Amino acid sequence: MEMLIILLTIFVLAIFVGFEIITKIPPTLHTPLMSGSNAISGITLIGAVVSSGSNITWLPKTLAVLAVVFATINVVGGFMVTHRMLGMFKRKG
Amino acid sequence: MLAFELPISVINFAYLVAAILFIYGLKGLTHPRTAVRGNLLGAVAMFIAVIVTLWDHHVIQYVGWGWIFGGIVVGSAIGAYLAVKVEMTGMPELVAVYNGFGGIASVLVAGAWLLSGTGGPSHELTDAASALGAHDLMGNAGMSAALMQGTIAAAASGLIGGVTLLGSLVAYGKLAGIKWIPDGAFLPQQKAINALLMIVAISLCYFTVTDIMGPTNAAIAANGGTVEAVTTSTGWYYTGIVVIAFILGVTLVTPIGGADMPVVIALLNSYSGLAAAATGFVINNNVLIIAGSLVGASGLILTSIMCKAMNRSLWNVMFATMGPTSSTASADEVYEGKIKSTSGEEVAMLLETARRVVIIPGYGMAVSQAQHAVRDLANLLESKFGANVDYAIHPVAGRMPGHMNVLLAEANIPYDKLREMDDINSEMDQVDVAIVIGANDVVNPVARTDPKSPIAGMPIIDADKARTVVVIKRSLSPGYAGIPNPLFAADNALMYFADGKKAFQEMIEAVKEA
Repeated sequence: MEMLIILLTIFVLAIFVGFEIITKIPPTLHTPLMSGSNAISGITLIGAVVSSGSNITWLPKTLAVLAVVFATINVVGGFMVTHRMLGMFKRKG
Repeated sequence: MLAFELPISVINFAYLVAAILFIYGLKGLTHPRTAVRGNLLGAVAMFIAVIVTLWDHHVIQYVGWGWIFGGIVVGSAIGAYLAVKVEMTGMPELVAVYNGFGGIASVLVAGAWLLSGTGGPSHELTDAASALGAHDLMGNAGMSAALMQGTIAAAASGLIGGVTLLGSLVAYGKLAGIKWIPDGAFLPQQKAINALLMIVAISLCYFTVTDIMGPTNAAIAANGGTVEAVTTSTGWYYTGIVVIAFILGVTLVTPIGGADMPVVIALLNSYSGLAAAATGFVINNNVLIIAGSLVGASGLILTSIMCKAMNRSLWNVMFATMGPTSSTASADEVYEGKIKSTSGEEVAMLLETARRVVIIPGYGMAVSQAQHAVRDLANLLESKFGANVDYAIHPVAGRMPGHMNVLLAEANIPYDKLREMDDINSEMDQVDVAIVIGANDVVNPVARTDPKSPIAGMPIIDADKARTVVVIKRSLSPGYAGIPNPLFAADNALMYFADGKKAFQEMIEAVKEA
């Protein structure tokens, strides 16, 4: 139970931090925000790596390695496309 | 395999650093000037987290580096290819697909954890316990509770991730214009079916938990902590959850279409984050929980901004159908004999004397890829006549949050010229010419005047308050709300019937000759 409460605390506090920061993001950057946060949600890659590293039998191993592929697409693709997009936002002159 | 093991405290410290960098990275996105750096900080955070995890000795002992690196190389190649190849007009589709990938990754990780027998729940459990330094303190009851948490979280990951995957694929299909995907209610008793599916999914989650916890508690009681948890039926229950989640993804997203897409995309974005956070509860990992909940919060905020911009509740967007009501005036009543159509030459003459011009883009600009032509005309007006050209962006214009901004940025239009709705509305009455391109409902004055209209109360851009309004549109067909737009018949409005890009090119030619 202690573990669960600790994790829940982190979860709730992180949501509050998220709300505080993200309400300040201007509409002009909403699309980069989505693609960038998509890349961040690729953090599942950590779970995929942990999971593929700790499995012996073929089925869970296969699932975990597939998860590595999908999460990496998210991470690499997300950060790169966000970078590309943000490069287009320029000031006058 | 590396020669030494990192202490668990170092690993967790590195995760803390990564979490802080994620937060700073998002903070960077609060201004276009700092946004590039913010995004890079996020990438650095991810890099740290991945390297540290790879370094962690336990991670590589069974599968070895080969499979993991193979997966990372393949994933990076696909991700990089998509990121480099995508056109800015294809951005909504790409974001939809990425949401889906986040969902499926969570489904797979949770599945692998549940199915992994002695290598899985018990292994993670031991790790988790030692991570807290609380193995002895927790005792059998503590271990059992931790396993229960993991199992519930795994079921939740499967459910949220599954809905995210199929929901995103349907959204992708709609955005890509696949015609056979229906809009609107496509099943009888849609709400009842969704509710039933939800109940089945939650029951399956319950069975998954009891399926694991029964034998586990018995094992713990019998031999004091060696957990041999998984039975074969666990896999089937979990498969059931995922299948139901897939169906729910389809039934929830299919009815939603057109102008409501920004809400769906934002909501699925949030789900992909929440699925990652749930996975964090499965493997007891802080950085997953923090990063996942940041994304979850981000998607929820965008969802609520989009809903407010349409003056509709999320429930209404998800489950109600938009359309004309009995009190809606018919197109004939509104348009009959009042439509004045115009040409490039006529608009060019208007623009010659205009001091202030505002361009109001909508989804139609994206469809006709007119953003570059729009910029060329604006530059021409500024250099030739010294006019001041701004852009008025409605929050739900286009098919995802910020869609118009990205397209106009791609055309090198400086972001300080992209004005938010509330900001520009206060100046609309000083505008000489407002050019509406491919927008309809978001400039429909009925939203202000007719409380019975389906878009009543929706905040709109007050194009009708400009001295002259030029509406570029291929026909008088209604927008997503299905209602006629009195703006088109207003005294100060001129209809320019043409494809968006073509109309702007004609205007450019006419202005050059003027």
